[in-house]
Amino acid sequence: MSDPRITIIGERLKEISKIVAVSSGKGGVGKSLIASTLALTLARKGYKVGLFDLDFTSPSTHIILGVEGLQPKEEKGIIPPQVHDLKYMSIVYYSGEQTLPLRGADISNALIELFAITRWNRLDFLVIDMPPGISDATLDIIRLVKKINFLIVTTPSKLAFETVRKLARLLAELKIPIIGVVENMKIKDSPFIKQQVECNDLNFWGEIPFDNKLEESLGKVDRLLETVFARELKEIVSENLKL
Amino acid sequence: MHEWALAEAVISTASQIAEKEGIKEITEVRIKVGELQQIELDILEFALSQLKTSKLEKAHFNIETSKAKLKCRACGRQWIFSRETLGEDATEAVHFVPEIAHTYIKCPKCGSPDFEILQGRGIWLESIKGVK
Repeated sequence: MSDPRITIIGERLKEISKIVAVSSGKGGVGKSLIASTLALTLARKGYKVGLFDLDFTSPSTHIILGVEGLQPKEEKGIIPPQVHDLKYMSIVYYSGEQTLPLRGADISNALIELFAITRWNRLDFLVIDMPPGISDATLDIIRLVKKINFLIVTTPSKLAFETVRKLARLLAELKIPIIGVVENMKIKDSPFIKQQVECNDLNFWGEIPFDNKLEESLGKVDRLLETVFARELKEIVSENLKL
Repeated sequence: MHEWALAEAVISTASQIAEKEGIKEITEVRIKVGELQQIELDILEFALSQLKTSKLEKAHFNIETSKAKLKCRACGRQWIFSRETLGEDATEAVHFVPEIAHTYIKCPKCGSPDFEILQGRGIWLESIKGVK
């Protein structure tokens, strides 16, 4: 007995130049906002970009992007709809706003299904909004997506960084590249996270100040890209990805 | 259609297994299709016939369907999924991602959405036969 879907996943991703999995050790650090804004920033720079929300039990990128009433097209698989210059895929096309109570094995199966049927075609970047922390889903995505790169988001809190350290250690053991760590929601001037990142032989990408205007921009992409948050992220991304 | 993506996966996996086992020509591919996903068998068969590679030229695709058996994790009740219990939108959503069933299907005894899919979820490649 073989699961035929597994062998086709590499084929579905083969025309993607770079896959960036935006991840965090714990929830609530702004991972989905960074994933969405990163994807939008790259798309506005003229790259072909996909955004894949794989946080199945708590998807939120559709709210950030203001996606409503869209459905993927069927064409020998699923073609992700174009949303604000991005190819955008999320389980909410199927679950709507309803709760999706999935256990680990179900999440794995749904992940495999979506990777096997989604046709991204040629992309410069596929940005993945990862489920937070180290879970079955995280381990499955690492297993299924061979050329994955992690971008880890943390807050200035010791509590958040402690979970980042564990995630980073796991990724290092699995020989998965971590392209950088972003410190989000910075309030006080403190070198703590930068020092910790560098102590752990990781690449500190930069810091983004806490932006109290961000909430008002949810669902309004042009407004979002004008926020301090988005402008800082754009600078960090341009510098670190050498764009 | 979504069946084409699954057919492509079956062809790719059968070819990969043949390669590993030193099979030069595949004569039979046994496939199991679970009823929860409600795959259109006519479309699947047509897609398989169109996507055949030279190694599969003479292959017969033997497709067997399997009832979707569900078991409640809360009270232990087992039941068989019936398509009639879902509305049109839900049917389509479950067709693309069978786990969406957890949004629409509840245990008929206790009402919990926390159930296990014991069998009959989606598509499986059972075995291949061929000439070495």
